[in-house]
Amino acid sequence: MTFDAHRCANGHVTYPGHTLCPECGEKQTETIDLSDRRGEVVTWTHSTATPPGVREPNTLAIVEFDVEDTFVRAIGQVTTDDVETGDIVEPVYVEELRDPDVGIKEPASQDWDGYRFQPIQ
Amino acid sequence: MEVAVLEASMTKFGQRDAWLRDLLAEAGEACLSDAPIDNDDVEHLYVSNMASGEFEGQTGVMNWLAHDLGLLPAYSERVDQTSSSGGAGIYEAWQSIASGASDMTLLVGGEKMTHKTTPEATDVIASITHPDEYKHGVTLPSFAGLTARHYLERFDAPRESLAKVAVKNHKNGVDNPHAQFQKEITMEKALDSPIVADPLRLYDFCPITDGSAAMLFTTEERAAELTDDYAVISGIGGATDTHVVHERDDPTIMGGVVESSQQAYEMAGLGPDDLDVAELHDMFTILEFLQLEGIGVADQGTAWELAMEGYTDKDGELPINTSGGLKSKGHPLGASGVAQGVEIYEQLVGEAGPRQVEADVGLACNVGGFGNCVITTIMEAAQ
Repeated sequence: MTFDAHRCANGHVTYPGHTLCPECGEKQTETIDLSDRRGEVVTWTHSTATPPGVREPNTLAIVEFDVEDTFVRAIGQVTTDDVETGDIVEPVYVEELRDPDVGIKEPASQDWDGYRFQPIQ
Repeated sequence: MEVAVLEASMTKFGQRDAWLRDLLAEAGEACLSDAPIDNDDVEHLYVSNMASGEFEGQTGVMNWLAHDLGLLPAYSERVDQTSSSGGAGIYEAWQSIASGASDMTLLVGGEKMTHKTTPEATDVIASITHPDEYKHGVTLPSFAGLTARHYLERFDAPRESLAKVAVKNHKNGVDNPHAQFQKEITMEKALDSPIVADPLRLYDFCPITDGSAAMLFTTEERAAELTDDYAVISGIGGATDTHVVHERDDPTIMGGVVESSQQAYEMAGLGPDDLDVAELHDMFTILEFLQLEGIGVADQGTAWELAMEGYTDKDGELPINTSGGLKSKGHPLGASGVAQGVEIYEQLVGEAGPRQVEADVGLACNVGGFGNCVITTIMEAAQ
């Protein structure tokens, strides 16, 4: 499992990737690995009343990563319920973010592993 | 060609025993029986519905309804644009008349949801997200929590301003016999309710709802021959924003609201200052602020002040959600955009009863996903 942002020839960066760059329509040709980078929490929430197969509460954050002369954001689970806006976090690999077998989506239709954000003390 | 709304109706919203087919038939039949036309006159039928297959295993609902209401051989089509399916149905119906493809179009929106548990219904709705969002358990309420925190922190807005939206819309809903909740709430109750996606609590969210709503469209020329009580669609626009919500340049700007409202204003030759009443998609209280800013009524980061000042109260400068909004009226996904149109129609033709405000121009903004797809409709009273 990778945690890659995608870049087109014009330098636009997105996470996740797209068939064509949403900004300019060019193909995205490069990847930027975010898994070994640190990011900053833009906002967060403790989500309760979560869907089947999802932990409760499910603490989520939108995190911003600096990549060269621009930035890219990602959303993901947080490893702890103790998080604040502005916290610096690093991605931590998790094999299964939610139980694929009890939700509405066909389990084989997508990946279920990925990266949680861990605040750095 | 100017497009008129000839009639509009809706079922009681709430926890209903009826399944989708009967809810659709109830609203559709009420709309047709109130209109000065024969069922044979209907040439197009649109059914706005997000997820009948996922919720109850029933597909092909447009065919069922056309047959059941005696509308054969009218062209029929199901319209899915998630939570904005109803607004998209208005767009389709408007196109059908404006293009000359149909002289009489019935639109019926509906959803049956309450037989599912809250987690199950939340999952159906969350299935609209990107796989890289869905696997993290991201839900629509969690987008609202993430965005509300950012809004409050960035614009230094008080938490109470969001509760004011809930209190206002519940108060408006008391006068709507079709609303799921006809019950006022206090600020204390809203602020002390259980956390759903903090900083948002239970009363910041619309309920899960069964219900249906219908509108009948024809040319303005034909409407004027048939009745004095009709409204005209003077402007309409639809637009799409990013599928992945965190990819938006500014988390507090709903690009689909901005773009679709600009299209609608331009078509109508009107602007935000011309509005007398509006129905906004308050699936979450924070969305009322983002839409007030998106449609140009408030500058970015200031709509919370309008809520605090009572500007958007029923007796304020610009009444917002006189119907009670999704918050107290309920949110049967595919029905909601149509029900917004029903409220604006009733306000413009003077049929809103105790909810009536002085209005010649009304706007409805129907939001799908978390602003992913948006339809803005401007209606005016018949001249």
